[in-house]
Amino acid sequence: MELTSEDVLDILRLLDGLPYNELTLETASFRLSLRRSADGGWTQATEVLAKPTVSADSRDPTPASTAAEAAPASTAAEAAPASTAAEPAAAGLIDVRAPLLGTFYRAPRPGAPPFVTVGSEVEPDTVVCIIETMKLMNSVTAGTAGTVAEILASNAQFAGQGSVLMRVKPPGD
Amino acid sequence: MILRRILIANRGEIAVRILRTCRQLGIEAVLAASDADRDSVPARLADSVVRLGPAAPGSSYLSVEAVMAAARAAGADAIHPGYGFLSENPVLARACEAAGIVFIGPAAPQLEAVGDKLTARQHATAAGLPVAEGGEVADAPEAARLATEIGFPVLVKAVGGGGGRGLRLVERPGELAGTVEFAMAEAAAAFGDQRVYLERYLPAGRHIEVQLLGDGDRVIHLGDRDCSVQRRYQKLIEEAPAPGLDDHLRRAIRGAAADFGRHLRYRGAGTVEFLVDPVRRAFYFLEMNARIQVEHPVTEVISGVDLVAEQIWIAEGNPLRIAQDDVLLTGHAIECRINAEDWTDGFRPCPGTVAAAVFPVGPGIRVDAHIQPGTPVPPWYDSLLAKLIVSGQDRAEAVARLRAALGRCEISGVATTLGLHEKLTASPEFEAGGVDTAYLERWLSPLAAGGGRG
Repeated sequence: MELTSEDVLDILRLLDGLPYNELTLETASFRLSLRRSADGGWTQATEVLAKPTVSADSRDPTPASTAAEAAPASTAAEAAPASTAAEPAAAGLIDVRAPLLGTFYRAPRPGAPPFVTVGSEVEPDTVVCIIETMKLMNSVTAGTAGTVAEILASNAQFAGQGSVLMRVKPPGD
Repeated sequence: MILRRILIANRGEIAVRILRTCRQLGIEAVLAASDADRDSVPARLADSVVRLGPAAPGSSYLSVEAVMAAARAAGADAIHPGYGFLSENPVLARACEAAGIVFIGPAAPQLEAVGDKLTARQHATAAGLPVAEGGEVADAPEAARLATEIGFPVLVKAVGGGGGRGLRLVERPGELAGTVEFAMAEAAAAFGDQRVYLERYLPAGRHIEVQLLGDGDRVIHLGDRDCSVQRRYQKLIEEAPAPGLDDHLRRAIRGAAADFGRHLRYRGAGTVEFLVDPVRRAFYFLEMNARIQVEHPVTEVISGVDLVAEQIWIAEGNPLRIAQDDVLLTGHAIECRINAEDWTDGFRPCPGTVAAAVFPVGPGIRVDAHIQPGTPVPPWYDSLLAKLIVSGQDRAEAVARLRAALGRCEISGVATTLGLHEKLTASPEFEAGGVDTAYLERWLSPLAAGGGRG
């Protein structure tokens, strides 16, 4: 059972006349915490405690009982490959890291030539790839001048925040 | 026909919103969830969950095949597509028809009529609606000729775009050729349709839209909404009714929208969007969204109509149960979109994990959200966390309540646009009401220049 917003307003009407500033209600399926704030208004924090009932997997013939016991969804952080701990850069190479987590794209759109390839000369403000996060395309710049020495991330693959996407060899080395 | 089991082919707050109505109507709700959403708030609230596919939307929420497989696995007799994703996709509507599953939305031909933005313009003209000067251009030279005729600035729009996507502003003739070529390549990649068209741009216009309900025979409107507070064509604050519109103009806009719906013999819930020139007191058809919209709650609050319930009622094959004269709009409602974005850093998206989510509660306050402590905010989907909808007897009361309500919101773990809403709603221009679509960028520019703004 869950409470509707009308139920919560009814509870508030009761609380308003009582000398309490806080109420926490917990059942097997939810937790509701109501608090009176400094301006006299109320806040609520709700938590749905019920676990999802996985009825079927439309693509996988796993029986429903097994599916229900499956591990909870991997969080964004867990899903990110641990490439932050990638092999150390060869001496003198500078890492280009993902400024935020998302999908790595080497080209501005499918079928277009990549921004850079190994051997490309770059300036600090040269766009070397795109990281798509939450439907927004974010350009990533080289951050340093030099020559692209290695491209570690694969196109259209997920990149964790701070993971090494490519490495640049500074000029004059 | 009575629907007994609905598959919700969406996620986030709109999935929670649809679930709520299903529960009230006694309809079993099955959620189709990607691997990233298997433990989400809507997954916990749903009667049951079907795996839709991997986290990447192309293989889950955007895959007609995956959605149809989920509907069959769930034994659903209808699919509610929500907004975004496949909500306006005629291929899904036709697949449903072929499978004997009800698509809760308009018929495929109507989706096609408004999905192609040029066809929609032609329908608007046929229905007697004013459209902004413009038309299709096949290449840069043709664009140059048309732009000279209509005058700069102009918007280059993708025929397959919409909802603020596939739009580019050109302020000077020298930028036109390059932008048109780029826009065509981009449209081909993003929408599988390289066609673009030009439209005269109104720098100080207002974005006003009208909510429609139709049953294929009769069409009614539920008043207007103002969505002018936007950045890069993405709405941040919406309100109903549109403030400071004179009665004559308001009546004309609402009437035009209903005419458009009647012309299409529209069936379902939909929104006709207009650009309004407050100086010339003129308005122009922009596009129609053939689905429930993010900002639908402001209309629900002032009309007392549950739009999702009406969608289901219409999808069951019933005639409209509300007549135009039954629609009574009272009070004023404002919605703030709370996104996981760092607005102080170029609105950088902030995936992560929600640590705390505290919302205001009280009379005139509605919160449509899908977060609680521990909710992951995955990088694959849009950044909307919650919508705060506040109403009052009039706009002044709604604004006062909204300011107090925003002060009681607290979300931690990810950056949000809450601080922006607090500052914006405290600004004198917002308080006065009736800002234009360039207002937010103007307001942000001193911040961008490092000037700060209290």
